[in-house]
Amino acid sequence: MYPFTYSRATDVADAVRDKAGHDGSAYIGGGTNLIDLMKMNVEQPAHLTNVAKLPLSKIEDLPDGGLRLGATATNSDTAWNEQVKQRYPLLNQAILAGASPQLRNAATNGGNLMQRTRCYYFYDIATPCNKREPGSGCSAIGGYNRIHAILGASEACIATHPSDMCVALAALAPTVRVSGPNGERTIAFEDFHRLPGEQPEFDNTLAEGELITSLDLPEKGFAKHFAYLKLRDRHSYAFALVSVAVGLEMDGDTITEARLALGGVAHKPWRDKSAEEMLKGQPATAETFGRVAAHVVANGVGQGSNDFKIELARRAIVRALKQAAEGQQEAGDVYLGGQ
Amino acid sequence: MTQTNHIGKGPNRVDGPLKVSGAAHYSGEFNVPDLAYGYVVSSPIAKGKILKIHADEVRALPGVLEVFSHENVPYLAWFDKSYKDQIAPGGSPFRPLHEPDITFNQQPIALVVADTFELARYAAALLRIDYEQDEHETNLETKRAAGFVPGKGKTGFQPPPPPRGNPDKALKNATHSIEAEYAHGAQHHNPMELFTTTVEWRGNGKITAYDKTQGVFNVKNYLMGVFGLGKNDVRVVNQFMGGGFGSGLRPQYSVFMAVLAALELKRSVRVTLTRQQMFSIGHRPNTLQLLKMGTNPDGTLASLQHHALHETSQFEDYTENVVNWSGMLYKCENVKLGYQLAKLDIYSPQDMRAPGAASGNVGLEVAMDEMAYAAGLDPLEFRLRNYADRDQNVDKPFSSKKLRECYQQAAAKFGWENRTQEPRSMRANGKLVGMGMGGGVWDATQVKSAAKALISADGQLTVRSATGENGTGTYTIMTQIAAETLGLPLEAVTFELGDTDQPEAPIQGGSWTAASVGTAVKNACDALGEKILKLAQKPADSPLKGAKFDDVEFVNGQLRLRLDHDQAVVLRDVLQTSGETQLEADSSAMPNMVKQNGYSLHSHNVAFAEVEVDEDLGTIKVTRVVSAVAAGRILNQKTARSQVLGSVVWGLGMALMEETVMDHKFGRYVNHNFAEYHIPVNADMPHIDVIFVHEDDDIVNPLGVKGIGEVGMLGVTAAIANAVFHATGKRVRDLPIMLDKLL
Repeated sequence: MYPFTYSRATDVADAVRDKAGHDGSAYIGGGTNLIDLMKMNVEQPAHLTNVAKLPLSKIEDLPDGGLRLGATATNSDTAWNEQVKQRYPLLNQAILAGASPQLRNAATNGGNLMQRTRCYYFYDIATPCNKREPGSGCSAIGGYNRIHAILGASEACIATHPSDMCVALAALAPTVRVSGPNGERTIAFEDFHRLPGEQPEFDNTLAEGELITSLDLPEKGFAKHFAYLKLRDRHSYAFALVSVAVGLEMDGDTITEARLALGGVAHKPWRDKSAEEMLKGQPATAETFGRVAAHVVANGVGQGSNDFKIELARRAIVRALKQAAEGQQEAGDVYLGGQ
Repeated sequence: MTQTNHIGKGPNRVDGPLKVSGAAHYSGEFNVPDLAYGYVVSSPIAKGKILKIHADEVRALPGVLEVFSHENVPYLAWFDKSYKDQIAPGGSPFRPLHEPDITFNQQPIALVVADTFELARYAAALLRIDYEQDEHETNLETKRAAGFVPGKGKTGFQPPPPPRGNPDKALKNATHSIEAEYAHGAQHHNPMELFTTTVEWRGNGKITAYDKTQGVFNVKNYLMGVFGLGKNDVRVVNQFMGGGFGSGLRPQYSVFMAVLAALELKRSVRVTLTRQQMFSIGHRPNTLQLLKMGTNPDGTLASLQHHALHETSQFEDYTENVVNWSGMLYKCENVKLGYQLAKLDIYSPQDMRAPGAASGNVGLEVAMDEMAYAAGLDPLEFRLRNYADRDQNVDKPFSSKKLRECYQQAAAKFGWENRTQEPRSMRANGKLVGMGMGGGVWDATQVKSAAKALISADGQLTVRSATGENGTGTYTIMTQIAAETLGLPLEAVTFELGDTDQPEAPIQGGSWTAASVGTAVKNACDALGEKILKLAQKPADSPLKGAKFDDVEFVNGQLRLRLDHDQAVVLRDVLQTSGETQLEADSSAMPNMVKQNGYSLHSHNVAFAEVEVDEDLGTIKVTRVVSAVAAGRILNQKTARSQVLGSVVWGLGMALMEETVMDHKFGRYVNHNFAEYHIPVNADMPHIDVIFVHEDDDIVNPLGVKGIGEVGMLGVTAAIANAVFHATGKRVRDLPIMLDKLL
């Protein structure tokens, strides 16, 4: 770990100013990922601006019927918020499927979006990695890539975004509110994270110095027909090999609106709008689900040790769609494999 | 029944309050004054040479005390034997900072010492090192034809017995036969506590090393050999351990580094490894096994052949007993066992819970399941038809063996009779259900140990032996043995361990501590008892006049005649009226070779497992495990059960998730952290029932204990793998069984 200076910001303007005033600085929220990365010398910020105590921890109704999730509300407080449980149980499930209670108690909502990949090579400075050191090469391509991308990857990077929460968010499509040196702006969630392309060092579309202040959920929460299915190598405290977030609106057995997003398969939470269109107006049948699932993974590319994820994703989509259509899911449910 | 009858009951851990209150000090918690901190620099390449270490750049940082490497290490011992510890395998032990050559990835190549840990870590990150890289080979697959038969080398290693009968012919003529290869990757112990050594500089070249180790004397002897220290120059202490599982059997480079720095700087130094470095200190080796079996028309084994090949380093021939168990667990007249090593550019493997047996057992017990199916037999029935009453490897009867009772009791508890033989024939909750079983065998060993017992005038007994407490319950069972031997309540007894100022005990491994140290503790207490008897007989009116030691017993704080309980004295009165402030006695214990000579000494177990498999998604949930263990006498029901529960966790981990993945391009483990090296978490754990089948056995040792640290792990992995086959009809022969293998 490299030495760094540290300050605790009092409000958003102070935070933005503090960060802009220090070269090589970074915001720190819960620190559940950044501190690890600093210990591994993957991140070497010269200055940390602590934003965890900013007055952004409220979860409150929005005039348009939506719900604002403060950026510094913890993942735990968000998951167990009554409004979230009632109106956005998909988000509740996704958050609870991730990490451990201890980590969720520390991790913030803004920080969740800012998590970096869990790619083995990204974490190990003894190996080349384009995301960590642009131009050094991708060790995962041709290496061990069980947890790597099957969709939207590039020749420069096949890393995946590790968040569960963000997969649900991709389906729920909130607006990300940010503040920066040039003032406030909003970013549609689907535009927040990016694909690696030739610049895998950039995980998202935040401009230099911008700070997430809230996630504004639209009114529609798919609280009746939803599912978050996470498949992993042990039953808790493991990142997703494949996860699927589904929200449906149903008229009898007919799907009238659909949201479908995948985790563990791409550099960003992978929302497939064309699949959502395919589901609209269709009967909730195995045939429909199978067709849509095959469509989502049709362009999947395996890298060797992750080839199985194409088929696993297809099956997981079918299962999650079925679960959502049946409407049996409740907030607090977490899938534990064979149980 | 007496109140001072402690053995076999289940008292709480006597060290529990210390542990939960933070009063138990681990090796990284001895905060001696003026402590400096060392941070180890690890090689990023698997093979090559260090050309230059730019140490001066780092030495210039204020607060950095020194950078140690092969470039400036003082003269140390030259001969291999100085570096060989009690269980060093054949070959040349690794010598840290000895030469510029790099022979494995993450090899420790420098130590940066600074006034603070943070500074040492930072300085280590800045240290520039120039390398010349050579081609490496880390893939066992490339060495299939390059296996060699190792020499004896390592203590405890037994080369497989020569073939018996005519295994090839018997296989050819068998009614049914199978042949299959089984594999598992490398696994690392990963105890929660990192390897840490705090060396206290006591002046005049004298040091105390608080070291995470399973053998304080093993470390002391190593340090004396390597650094040329005298017996009185070095004391090694380890009173508590946050898990060992074999990783602390050999002196690790953390202790070498800390002692080196302390002696050179004449200052107290602490070295703590990182979690990543915990993947550079030895592991269960990547192992390939070929099993061939055939049966006679009556379902008895006609032929059994088991060959194993596993990796070792370029410099040591690490050996473990992988295949020998296959020659003794079942009755078979035609057996061929083979065992080979292959050298790779990796660090030496190291004993890891049930070393060898855990690997070989998976091959044997999955093959037994395959054989049972091929022969059309229930897997339990098949094992019963091949029950071994003698150890055919050595052609001796077992001193005791209640494996049959284990089978019966565990099967009944599990409900094995509800199982239908056909794969994919059982379902519940929309999932495929599978039931499987596996059993195992492990050595019941006793090793020379010593202990000292002291009793004060107020009746407080202290017993000491330099054994270890790696979470198994050593403090508690030794306290029970001592208290029962001298008829005292547990509260009147203190057992002290883990200090080379105490009587010598062997490394804590091999499941031999209870038998070895326990017997020494009993002997020391008996020797003290004889002294107490003599004191008690001094008064002219002693009711014990003329009694021999065998005529008396210590019970409920009294010393009395066995045949006339009214002829008694109160122990405390004897001590207080004697005028002595303290009595003490030393004793040691050795196995009784004469008594043991005609027998094979082993513990046995069986595990039954139930799994539910989501067929579409490949996810496996172990729902129930029943484990039955026959290991002689159980000293403490609670700590013994905990050991078996932990063993089941280990077996499950090996079956479903544990694997250290090597990227052969770099010759480097890629998942060397707790996020990606998966060990089971609570959500993975099934309901576990533990059954102990008591064995009366006065041949193994006077206490009748066989040890349970390893045997409980056997069978579990195979039982789960066999249950997965029963559920799905898919036979996965390469562990771990992760969901993609079932898609």
